[in-house]
Amino acid sequence: METWSQRIFLALIACCLIPMAHAQESAVQEDTEQPRAIIPPDVEPRKVDEALIDTEDFELGLYTGIMSVEDFGSNLVVGGMLNYHLSEDLFVRLGVGYTETQETSFEKLGGDVSLLEDDDRNLLYYNLSLGYKFLPGEAFFGDDLAFNTNFYVLAGLGSTEFAGDSRLTANFGWGYQILFTDWVSMHLMMQDYIFDSDILGEDKTTQNLEFTLGLSLFF
Amino acid sequence: MEGLATVFPCKQFVFLVVALCLVLPTGQASAEERGNWWQFWSAEDERSQRVKILEPFLEIHTGPGRGFPVFYVAEQDEWITLEKRRTDWFKVTLENGESGWAKRNAMEKTMDAVGEIVRFTDPRVDDFTSRRWEAGVLTGDFDGASVNSLYMGYLMTANLSTELGVSQVLGDFSQNVLANINLVHQPFPHWTLSPFFTLGTGMVWIKPKSTLVREESRQEQSAHVGLGLRYYLADRYFLRVEYKDYVVFTDRDNNEEAKEWKLGLSVFF
Repeated sequence: METWSQRIFLALIACCLIPMAHAQESAVQEDTEQPRAIIPPDVEPRKVDEALIDTEDFELGLYTGIMSVEDFGSNLVVGGMLNYHLSEDLFVRLGVGYTETQETSFEKLGGDVSLLEDDDRNLLYYNLSLGYKFLPGEAFFGDDLAFNTNFYVLAGLGSTEFAGDSRLTANFGWGYQILFTDWVSMHLMMQDYIFDSDILGEDKTTQNLEFTLGLSLFF
Repeated sequence: MEGLATVFPCKQFVFLVVALCLVLPTGQASAEERGNWWQFWSAEDERSQRVKILEPFLEIHTGPGRGFPVFYVAEQDEWITLEKRRTDWFKVTLENGESGWAKRNAMEKTMDAVGEIVRFTDPRVDDFTSRRWEAGVLTGDFDGASVNSLYMGYLMTANLSTELGVSQVLGDFSQNVLANINLVHQPFPHWTLSPFFTLGTGMVWIKPKSTLVREESRQEQSAHVGLGLRYYLADRYFLRVEYKDYVVFTDRDNNEEAKEWKLGLSVFF
């Protein structure tokens, strides 16, 4: 019985191996026809292809903080930014932010007075700024930890939608960026948004300061 | 019991045969053709860009900028791997595992595995004339009010391109949003300072200020003609200045006209 089954399996193995032996034979024949390097190189020499190098010039970030809207109190602001780094020094930033403002002191004291409808109390701004990173360096946390940092100034133009009105807005400010890795960074930012407002009667230029903390990723 | 003992060696045979049949063909395949499905997982390896330092040394900075300190110096003949690029800086990894940033002009003093000096291409004036896509932002004056615009253009022939643009006009009495489609003709596209003519149509959404008299928002059709100049700056950037004359078709007795001046920065792809 034992020998029978062994014979069956031996036959099976033989059937499997014979074609392979043939294949190997033909491979050997090909070898003799075309001489090859004894040890083929592991990696084929490759030209450097610029297109294959991952370029990380964009930076996408979210930020939150406090924005003081003149006459309308200081409130939580949330925003997003998309930076495109033109060079090691310059970048362009598209920024968008949103905040909900409070009642003015006049409205609070005046009892039943309301200057704005609820929807008009929301402030939305966008801007396009040019930034200049002019103090690059390193920050040290203890003995073993150092992070790359940048101090930058930026200025730009945009629009602010507030109180049922859109106004041309100039913005300027500065920021401190700490890079935790090559592609994750934190921003501490201070910006001033300047726009004209005629909510309280005559046209006046308002200064609206914003202090924020953001997180950004390079891609 | 004896039966079982006889069955077990058989089972071992079966496993052996099955294992052989499975292993052998894959062994053959892997020897014959590298770059199978399993290489998908080592794609990093496949794409790795290695270069050899030709200069006596190569400075490695901690970050992609001249202000970041040099923390390591790689030697001549060392092989380095290019990981990624940010503006004109390259992140490189050395064979000993050290990793940092090297400036582009230092990278151009290296040699790749084929033996060629590494060169990186720059978008140049040639690309400026042969580009296909462009986009830009402009700001200026629309009949006394400030205007901010964003546009994107596609070059159909060397002279003719089509553009889609959105503008926001921030006026004292109303705020308007304009959406335009233009046909742009450049008679001399190869000039660094190249004039262009534009003709287009679009929609205007006019929303009077809510702090003023309550007036209904309205939507009108508009047409415009214009001319402008584009000036190639450097890299992939160019300046654009344009003047447009708008006619807004209203259902009142007179059509409204507006003049627009804008200056902006554009990039081409």
